[in-house]
Amino acid sequence: MNTVLAAKPDEAATKIPLLSWFEECTKDSIPLVGGKCASLGELISSGARVPPGFALTTAGFAEFMRAAGIQAEIAGLLHGLDHDDLDRLEKSSAAIREMIESRPMSIELEDLIGEAYRKLSVRCCQASVPVAIRSSATAEDLPGASFAGQQDTYLWIRGFDDVIHHVRRCISSLYTARAIAYRLKMGFPHDQVAISVGVQKMANAYAAGVMFTLHPATGDRSVIVIDANFGFGESVVSGEVTPDHFVVNKVTLDILERTISTKLMCYTVDPRIQKSVATEVPFERQSIQCLIDDEITELAWMAKKIEKHYGRPMDIEWAIDKALPAGGNIYILQARPETIWSNRQPAATATATASAMDYIVSSLLAGKRLT
Amino acid sequence: MQFPNPHDVKAEVIPGTEGWERMYPYQYQFVTDDEERNRYEKETFWFYDGLHYPEPLYPFDTIWDEAWYLALSQFNNRIFQVPPVRGVDHRIINGYVYISPVPVRDPEEIGARVPNFMERAGYYYKNWDDLEAKWKLKMEATIAELEALEIPRLPEVEDLGVVTGGVGESRGYHLIKNYDDLINLGIKCWQYHFEFLNLGYAAYVFFMDFAQKLFPSIPLQRVTQMISGIDVIMYKPDDELKGLAKKAVLLGVDQAVTDHREWEDVKAAVAKSPRGDEWLAAFEKARYPWFNISSGTGWFHTDRSWNDNLGIPLSGIQTYINKIRSGANIDRPMEHVRAERDRITAEYRELIANETDRQQFDELLGCAKTVFPYVENHLFYVEHWFHSVFWNKIRQVAAVMKEHGILDDIEDIWYLRRDEIKQALWDIVTAWATGVKPRGAKTWPVEIEWRKGVMQKFREWRAPPAIGVAPEVIQEPFTIVLWGVTNKSLSDWASVQDVGDPDSITEMKGFAASPGIVEGKARVCFGAEEIRDLMEDEILVAPTTSPSWAPAFAKIKACITDVGGVMSHAAIVCREYGMPAVVGTGYATKVIKSGMLLRVDGSSGHITIVR
Repeated sequence: MNTVLAAKPDEAATKIPLLSWFEECTKDSIPLVGGKCASLGELISSGARVPPGFALTTAGFAEFMRAAGIQAEIAGLLHGLDHDDLDRLEKSSAAIREMIESRPMSIELEDLIGEAYRKLSVRCCQASVPVAIRSSATAEDLPGASFAGQQDTYLWIRGFDDVIHHVRRCISSLYTARAIAYRLKMGFPHDQVAISVGVQKMANAYAAGVMFTLHPATGDRSVIVIDANFGFGESVVSGEVTPDHFVVNKVTLDILERTISTKLMCYTVDPRIQKSVATEVPFERQSIQCLIDDEITELAWMAKKIEKHYGRPMDIEWAIDKALPAGGNIYILQARPETIWSNRQPAATATATASAMDYIVSSLLAGKRLT
Repeated sequence: MQFPNPHDVKAEVIPGTEGWERMYPYQYQFVTDDEERNRYEKETFWFYDGLHYPEPLYPFDTIWDEAWYLALSQFNNRIFQVPPVRGVDHRIINGYVYISPVPVRDPEEIGARVPNFMERAGYYYKNWDDLEAKWKLKMEATIAELEALEIPRLPEVEDLGVVTGGVGESRGYHLIKNYDDLINLGIKCWQYHFEFLNLGYAAYVFFMDFAQKLFPSIPLQRVTQMISGIDVIMYKPDDELKGLAKKAVLLGVDQAVTDHREWEDVKAAVAKSPRGDEWLAAFEKARYPWFNISSGTGWFHTDRSWNDNLGIPLSGIQTYINKIRSGANIDRPMEHVRAERDRITAEYRELIANETDRQQFDELLGCAKTVFPYVENHLFYVEHWFHSVFWNKIRQVAAVMKEHGILDDIEDIWYLRRDEIKQALWDIVTAWATGVKPRGAKTWPVEIEWRKGVMQKFREWRAPPAIGVAPEVIQEPFTIVLWGVTNKSLSDWASVQDVGDPDSITEMKGFAASPGIVEGKARVCFGAEEIRDLMEDEILVAPTTSPSWAPAFAKIKACITDVGGVMSHAAIVCREYGMPAVVGTGYATKVIKSGMLLRVDGSSGHITIVR
């Protein structure tokens, strides 16, 4: 087990890990690693291939705050704030964030994160593997998915110093003016908030996109619908391009429909600045299918497995890593329950079970509409 | 949706065919001299029955069209009283058959028909297996009668036995009578053909329909797969060939069987082998009834049976022997088919959102499985066995007519309507009895010569897929399931009319009938006798396939047809072999040439010609 236990602080905390690898998390780990990292852990336990990574747990966060010794100062800066007073909110927020991002971390914690990052790089066979660093909110503190979306995400972070720096930035995102205002308004005590930070290998996407384990247009649960473009999935999620569109039979995994679009742009990493940038798709590739059929089939197979694990229709983000060999290069980045069709009461097609005869008669009477 | 006016289409007579109407029954004509009928014809939706008639109809072959015109309509309308639809009306333009389901328009009348239908159709569904067993006996008796029927030649002098036996009837009378009997047996056989068929199709259609309501994206091929793996006799002829191939290897006569191309040579070579007699006896045993299988659909006199051309089954046996030699298993993968059927059914069933729908699914699937064997098996009895014998009996009639100078050639008989043949036979027997020359010896050969020219011009004509005015709703189950008349197919038909130069086409679309994608070389085969030219791993392109083509599927890696739906022979067999099929393309054999490189996607129904 890779769990890294706290050095000592107090008796109760010794059992709570400061860092946790994603594969050690499950959907029940939300208090420890937040919703985002817990769901990645759950996804791994469904059998999906997820880019590896680890989380600084809420205990790790607490240890960070303790070692930084800034709790009292923070409490002082927050004291007497009004959630409507934007000026003061902004000022306090800036001061707190500056404090978090500049104070030294405990050596033990830095070592823990550094060691985990090194292990991650070894696992990915890449020196200083590029990672995505993002805050993972625990539901108690910041209810509502919209708030979680406000948390910071930093992509293409490489090297120990940068990793540590961005972990801090994620922690400090707990003290944005909006987050503070929200807690004030809801009456959450500031000293009880907690955050987890996820550090995850960046999938170096050749192609990426989203898939649904039902047909978004008809609610048909017998298909998996895949939208894909070259590069990172952002272009598909944001709707900047018309993606290639595939409908795959969930039962037999054969491709029922394929619509190849003209894909003018995509996001790729700029090797110079190590950042994701919008790029024009070379003309000769614009109208070709961005996935090979085997990849489409494997994606659908994974989607089927994930749906089975969660027991409900899912909405899944995925990427194909260009650095990995075919057959092992598909990453699942995220899986959420599908909400639109799932929240509808599934209306029966037949009002009540009829004998075959009755059904035939009523169908004959209805006929087949041509126009 | 508006299609060309039928009377306008008919009015553009192909030069040189003026008067063609006399080749077909008069009630098949679109008319202008009867105001009421003319209005009805104008306001009705007619579609070209390309599924059954890829070519213009020979006057004699119209017999089966009339037979089903009567049989389908009577069962729909007069026997079972399908509530919203009467029969299916027929017309002919330039030899091409147009049909139209006739709706019941008055809602009150529809309501009044419901109880009748429930009682009558309900009786059939409830007692399906018993009635089907009865059907089989009736059908076998009808075929036995047909096989026993003699077409007498007219003697110079009648046998003395006619006198001493006090028979009191001549061969002339028997010729007329037996011709009538022959025709009547054919009509009777088609009565039986439709006894169950519409109900069977209804069960099938509405199971498909329900599955598509549950799963809008479910491919029809998957729905039909849920009813696969049921033993039907349509596969029996092919199984016989496989058995003969195995036996040949077992008896050590396989070399003798594969050494020659012609049956007579094979027969001689096998006879010389030590245990050759045993194999030849097995071969003869398999022929009756299993070689009474047509190399086409059986609907046309041009479709000859294996018994007519033993080279076809021979090439099948040779294919299977070669497979056995290469170590392949030639048995139909039934266990696999059934396991896959059960898996697919269970998975779809699992995806159904609620219990009510799941029970409805089970109920309809059960019903579809009950009717399935009939829907398949009737083909062997009627279209294959009965028809194959029937066409040859008509050829015997033709031989008599030729003897009396009415026909120049036996195969000319198909240019005559069956009532014209009756007239000519009267001409022959009265002339024979009287000792004079039949009048028709001068007139019929001239008329037939003209009709040959007309038929040729008909073949070059392109029948519009639909004419008249499309209705909003179609309720006739055959129209839906067999011809696939839907909004989409209508617009496809409308666009087919625009297809220009066949040499410029690189993409075609048909029904996705069996999944998978392959690339390979095309081999266009117009008849079963051409399948011996197929090479391993070619893609078969055919107008349609029938069970007599079965051995071809052991060689190819995909199949494309002009005509047929997801229940057609090619679709079913390809699913069993796990190879892609695209069926019902409309004109693949016109566009694709042997040797072309094709990409076939049996999951989406797309064909790409790599030019």
